[in-house]
Amino acid sequence: MFGFSRSQSIAFLLMLALIIVCPYVLYPVFLMRVLCIALFACAFNLMIGYVGLLSFGHAAFFGMGAYVTAWTMKFWHVDAVVAIALGGATGAVLGLFLGYLAIRRSGIYFAMITLALAQMVYFFCLEAPFTGGEDGIQQVPRGYLFGFINLNDDMAMYWVVVVVFLAGFLLIHRIIHSPFGQVLKAIRENEPRATSLGYRTDDYKLIAFILSCMLSGVAGGTKAIVFGIATLTDVHYSTSGEVVLTTLLGGLGTVFGPVVGAVVVTAMENYLAQFGSWVTVTQGAIFVLCVLAFRRGIVGEIGAALRLGL
Amino acid sequence: MIMIFGIPGPLLFGQLLLGLINGAFYAMLSMGLAIIFGMLNIINFAHGALFMMGAFAAWMLLEYGGIGYFPALLLAPLIIGVFGIVLEKLLISRMYKLDHLYGLLLTFGLSLVIEGLFRNYYGSSGLPYRIPDILQGATNLGFMYMPNYRGWVVAAALVVCFATWAILEKTSLGATLRAATENAPLVQAFGVDVPRVITLTFGGGVALAAFAGVLAAPIYSVNPNMGDNFINTVFAVVVIGGMGSILGAIVTGFGLGVIEGLTKVFYPQASATVVFLVMVIVLLTMPHGLFGKRA
Repeated sequence: MFGFSRSQSIAFLLMLALIIVCPYVLYPVFLMRVLCIALFACAFNLMIGYVGLLSFGHAAFFGMGAYVTAWTMKFWHVDAVVAIALGGATGAVLGLFLGYLAIRRSGIYFAMITLALAQMVYFFCLEAPFTGGEDGIQQVPRGYLFGFINLNDDMAMYWVVVVVFLAGFLLIHRIIHSPFGQVLKAIRENEPRATSLGYRTDDYKLIAFILSCMLSGVAGGTKAIVFGIATLTDVHYSTSGEVVLTTLLGGLGTVFGPVVGAVVVTAMENYLAQFGSWVTVTQGAIFVLCVLAFRRGIVGEIGAALRLGL
Repeated sequence: MIMIFGIPGPLLFGQLLLGLINGAFYAMLSMGLAIIFGMLNIINFAHGALFMMGAFAAWMLLEYGGIGYFPALLLAPLIIGVFGIVLEKLLISRMYKLDHLYGLLLTFGLSLVIEGLFRNYYGSSGLPYRIPDILQGATNLGFMYMPNYRGWVVAAALVVCFATWAILEKTSLGATLRAATENAPLVQAFGVDVPRVITLTFGGGVALAAFAGVLAAPIYSVNPNMGDNFINTVFAVVVIGGMGSILGAIVTGFGLGVIEGLTKVFYPQASATVVFLVMVIVLLTMPHGLFGKRA
């Protein structure tokens, strides 16, 4: 199914079952947040897991996607689908420019350059009038999808988010298993070799970066509609750090890792929110623990224990 | 009043001085990052947090121990340097055999823990730290009034920067360090305890950050986010300068501080982004940085 292996198909069906059952058991808004963060982490994982480039600036694409979606919905009253698409397009265009600069270097420098460029985007958002500065864009109406589905109903909104998430998830899966994805993996394993075989590795890296940014923008836009708000937090570098944490905890380069990571990180934030800065401390401690003790992440470790590629 | 390019002289010189001060911190922090990177092959994301700890150490020494500014200028880097050595021994040393990115992730995690803990106990509003009496007041330079403390910061930073440069480039200890950076196994074969050299280098880089933190304490209020505000810009500085040379880090740091200061005079809206714009231009024209070595 969709090029999944047998074990991945089972995991996928399990995920689908949970997606269907959970809203009747858990708070749908929490689940929507999980799905948005999961899509964001999957998009980020496309870069770190399959191209081997650690971007420390993905909040820029997530946040700008959120701003554009929120703005177009609030002031142009466009349909939610159009607004999300515009968020994705924003991520892609921004990804084209920033990626063009960042892919000139790799490894640690790539991380530092993406961080610095995202910081530039942050300062731009701080100054630019359309973002509403410190207040952000608030009270974004969810409106009616296609003119007749009332998104103010949390369950209706939930299914829209599910569709967006699954579309993004499967698109990433399709990308990874396409010939294009194989070239990406070749670049990750041995870039000089890929170059010597005649692949323009920079072009491949840039296209992968743009795709990753586009999906980050989609995730940001969807999040903006669910919560009716787009703020500076979305473009702040702590959001970039959070998506790194989510993916690392779930398992870098695994198919389901970012989703599991999103569940754990979002749940943790939810329960620790009342303890103020202990969220940050815990996140940092998880980083340290992951790097020291289990670098494969939750899904990676389970996969290794069961000898399955998840 | 003197007018320069239609700008009142005192305003221009005032912003230039502010730029030099920011530049002094950029230079000290990016130099520490470069030294650590050269030896450990790790980008120390916790550098900003350790800078902040330096400022807090000075504040605590005064608050709890009654120890003033000048002793703190020596003690705080020592304390935080030892803390850095403990971190290196316990955690960071486990990263050397792994992909460089894991070192970055580990130190990023450490910075979250450190900043989170300080925010829990001291809030994020900031604590005041008095300028020492001897450096109070301002001096009339003829073309502007210079607050004495600000002049002291620029002077102290310059002295520390060039002292570090001299130690690394002109002494036998520095020669050993540079040799170990180039080829660690060979230096070890000559009987140098390379792991210890690495540990001490990290401690030294951290002490440098803490020293900068003490200098910053009276200017910016002492608060858990003070490192955060600096470190992102410092990463851009490091990309612009390249991590090849100490002198390069000093020149780039001060240079960008001045550019930032001038932007504040002529086009204030862009003052926060100008360093990043310079980074974009440098990346487009010389991707390895102004002083970087080609990999």
